[in-house]
Amino acid sequence: MTWEIVIGLEVHAQLSTNSKIFCGASTAFGAEPNTQADAVSLALPGVLPVLNKGAVERAIKFGLATGSHIAPRSVFARKNYFYPDLPKGYQISQFELPVVGQGALTIQVAPLSGNAKPYEKTVRITRAHLEEDAGKSLHGDFHGMTGIDLNRAGTPLLEIVSEPDMNSAAEAVAYAKALHTLVRWIGICDGNMQEGSFRCDVNVSVRKPGEPLGTRREIKNLNSFKFMQQAIDYEVQWQVDTIENGGKVQQATILFNPDTGETRAMRSKEDAHDYRYFPDPDLLPLEISPEWIEQMRATLPELPQTKQARYVNELGLSVYDASILTASREMADFFEAVLAAVPNDAKMCANWIMGELNAQLNRDGLDMAQCPISTQQLGSMLMRIVDGTISNSGAKEVFRTMWADGGEVDAIIEAKGLKQVSDAGAIEKIVDEIMAANADKVAEYRSGKDKLFGFFVGQAMKASKGQANPAQLNDILKAKLAG
Amino acid sequence: MFESSLKQLGDALRAKNISSVELTQSYLDRMAKLNPELNAFITINPEMSLAQAKAADARLAAGTADALTGIPIAQKDIFCAKDWLTTCGSKMLHNFVSPYDAHIISQFNNAGAINLGKTNMDEFAMGSSNETSHYGPVKNPWDTARVPGGSSGGTAAAVAARLCAAATGTDTGGSIRQPAALCGISGLKPTYGVCSRYGMIAFASSLDQAGPMGRSAEDLALMMNVMAGFDERDSTSLQRDKEDYARDLNKPLTGLRIGLPKEFFAEGMGADVAKAIEAAIAEYKKLGATIVDISLPNSKLSVPVYYVLAPAEASSNLSRFDGVRYGYRAPEYGDLADMYEKSRAQGFGAEVQRRIMIGTYVLSHGYYDAYYIKAQRIRRLIAQDFVEAYKQCDVIMGPTSPSTAFKLGEKGDDPVQMYLSDIYTIAVNLAGLPGMSIPCGFGDNDMPVGLQIIGNYFDEARMLNVAHQYQLATDWHSRAPKGL
Repeated sequence: MTWEIVIGLEVHAQLSTNSKIFCGASTAFGAEPNTQADAVSLALPGVLPVLNKGAVERAIKFGLATGSHIAPRSVFARKNYFYPDLPKGYQISQFELPVVGQGALTIQVAPLSGNAKPYEKTVRITRAHLEEDAGKSLHGDFHGMTGIDLNRAGTPLLEIVSEPDMNSAAEAVAYAKALHTLVRWIGICDGNMQEGSFRCDVNVSVRKPGEPLGTRREIKNLNSFKFMQQAIDYEVQWQVDTIENGGKVQQATILFNPDTGETRAMRSKEDAHDYRYFPDPDLLPLEISPEWIEQMRATLPELPQTKQARYVNELGLSVYDASILTASREMADFFEAVLAAVPNDAKMCANWIMGELNAQLNRDGLDMAQCPISTQQLGSMLMRIVDGTISNSGAKEVFRTMWADGGEVDAIIEAKGLKQVSDAGAIEKIVDEIMAANADKVAEYRSGKDKLFGFFVGQAMKASKGQANPAQLNDILKAKLAG
Repeated sequence: MFESSLKQLGDALRAKNISSVELTQSYLDRMAKLNPELNAFITINPEMSLAQAKAADARLAAGTADALTGIPIAQKDIFCAKDWLTTCGSKMLHNFVSPYDAHIISQFNNAGAINLGKTNMDEFAMGSSNETSHYGPVKNPWDTARVPGGSSGGTAAAVAARLCAAATGTDTGGSIRQPAALCGISGLKPTYGVCSRYGMIAFASSLDQAGPMGRSAEDLALMMNVMAGFDERDSTSLQRDKEDYARDLNKPLTGLRIGLPKEFFAEGMGADVAKAIEAAIAEYKKLGATIVDISLPNSKLSVPVYYVLAPAEASSNLSRFDGVRYGYRAPEYGDLADMYEKSRAQGFGAEVQRRIMIGTYVLSHGYYDAYYIKAQRIRRLIAQDFVEAYKQCDVIMGPTSPSTAFKLGEKGDDPVQMYLSDIYTIAVNLAGLPGMSIPCGFGDNDMPVGLQIIGNYFDEARMLNVAHQYQLATDWHSRAPKGL
């Protein structure tokens, strides 16, 4: 394909404050319509906005986490347009002077085509600014009229704008996912895409390599990564077809229909609003001192990329393992809590969490926060593997029991009789009996038929009801068979 | 009694010489007689006023009364008052009963003052004659063929006609000072940020400021003690220590340096106004003041700058009046855009529509830099002029308005002539400074002339002192319109 795809994203992350960005009304999702619309949300005559400090703190954290410039002085501006769910007739946003300036996010891209290798890419962030959300228009049972729910009006948003640095749907999705992980990781957004807490607008254009940027179309309000992928694929194909058929792409805002998998134009550049931005005279410029930034820096957790590097360099994990374990803060926290119990066995911890635990979570449709096994339980179990009390297969039994019924590790080992026999005398006795009962096979082994070793292990394990410590059994068998 | 000062009324109430219910009732009776002619009030609600008076009497009896407890105060209809119709002089809000109190209203309620009614005003405070009110023009009590000024014209007429003890106004470009001058009363626009704007329906947010209007500087000081103060619901409200605005009233004026800007005494001012102002300056000299000639070179640009910035902010502030959630909605319309267009075309009067269009224009893509940005730059130069001036003087004086009250309808067809009524007052708003107007004589038609006193930031107490000393030496402020 001779076309280069160019993609930039605008992500609206709803900030996880309890109250709205310019008033005290609650931001909780799902309340009865207009029960969270106070005088300010309703834009009654005479009401005024007062900035929520918590929203600013979250913006600062985001800036720090992406190595972005944090503006010592930024300005709120009014974006003027009429719409029934925009009660003031303007949205308070930031325009010329946003709170967060240039930064970057490094992402791991797993290409969709079969044999390409994962690679790393850095996407530049242009800016991130604070603004308020609008309400919702409801077109349900209103006798042909439209209902307005202003519960969401005034909910704080951070709009994160990227440079057009992505060149495939895979890169765009990887960037969106990395951003999604990051905002949850630093605790500024709950990331709930169904509830609209994390919404993506995707700017797509195509060009021949080396040529100037093509005309872009903006796909609005994508609320799942799958739809983002589908929408970009469809849109790229549409643009390429349009140009190759002699047409021209017109700048437009478009919507993706998940049912048909198609995009369709909502409004063209010609109907673009003149928003008549100007500084909001009701709000003073937002001033952020170096001290405030440092206070926020102190509250930031170790970031996913830092953690990844540490897991590789200090714990000896593979890049792949480290990236899986840092896919969410819950995952990393879980891993580190388990690791605390068996500090020298990072790889074993990683394997159990990425393997057995993840598989069970997926099977039951749970996320890490809902995991029925505690880090303390898993840690004690791994300790029992390390100290030889149970075998790996015994551990699986313990794990399944804890998953289903809970319980304490040692009690389960006891109740299920999973304890390995590590008593040399007892194992020797079993080995002696088996050798006596299979004298012919012993002779064959001694005459060079090494393969029979597995037979003796199997017999001995069977005799011990699977409880013999395998390593110990091996040693004893080898010694005795050697004569 | 209608001539008593706020202090005298408070003393009488606390001495139980009169009850608040009696006092309130006598104002209501006077209003019933005089308001139909003057049209100073949009809403009167005797039941609610008298209920407040009853509560005030209980407080007076309990000995927990404050300076204004039990005193009937009229409120400009720009302030949202819980359970009161709050129209802002517009058809757009003809049915808007506020569910909440503006900060200023709560301050008066907490002080135990009586809300005597909501005064008439130019629609959304846009006007200098009170002729843009949807509820009809207010008549000047000195001559009912003349305007009271605007936009706080209802308040000015009510105070001048003794329909209330004192009242509130708001001032975006002169809306307290100009009607005070035209009705022969005193009015103070405080430093921007001293009185909370919460609940005061916005015209031009960076210029709007509430202030008291009354019959004397002493009364204004008592009103300011109630109105001023930090409010966390207004981000532009200033966090300052509480002050007693009456503390300096009795200081002598010896050594006071009065700056007279040459630009205020050039062309444009009526000869009768000039004569009264000169006499007032002479009186100040007698009181011990010295005169300094100063210059405010950029003040001549204040009218054009104002008519870019104020409409720009207004065009956005008034967007919320869309017929969706409250207020006027056209009875018949097609689609959504038609609903907006018809509701706003029918709900807003001509002057408001003119300013929305000017404001929309100056903020439009391609014009913003040439108008809005340039006007902001000149605004800073105008403010800087005052900073320079106050290096040489303590207060600045000049006329409040170039003429005395003009006739109803006289300037109706010429918005620019109307805009020039505020030529001396607008620079003060652009700079955010405190300004006041006090009566200083009469012009050719026996109509009052106002002297404007402009102070440095937060110098309200000194300005009140300067005004009070003049009012001790003269009696212009205690003259009442004849025949009421």
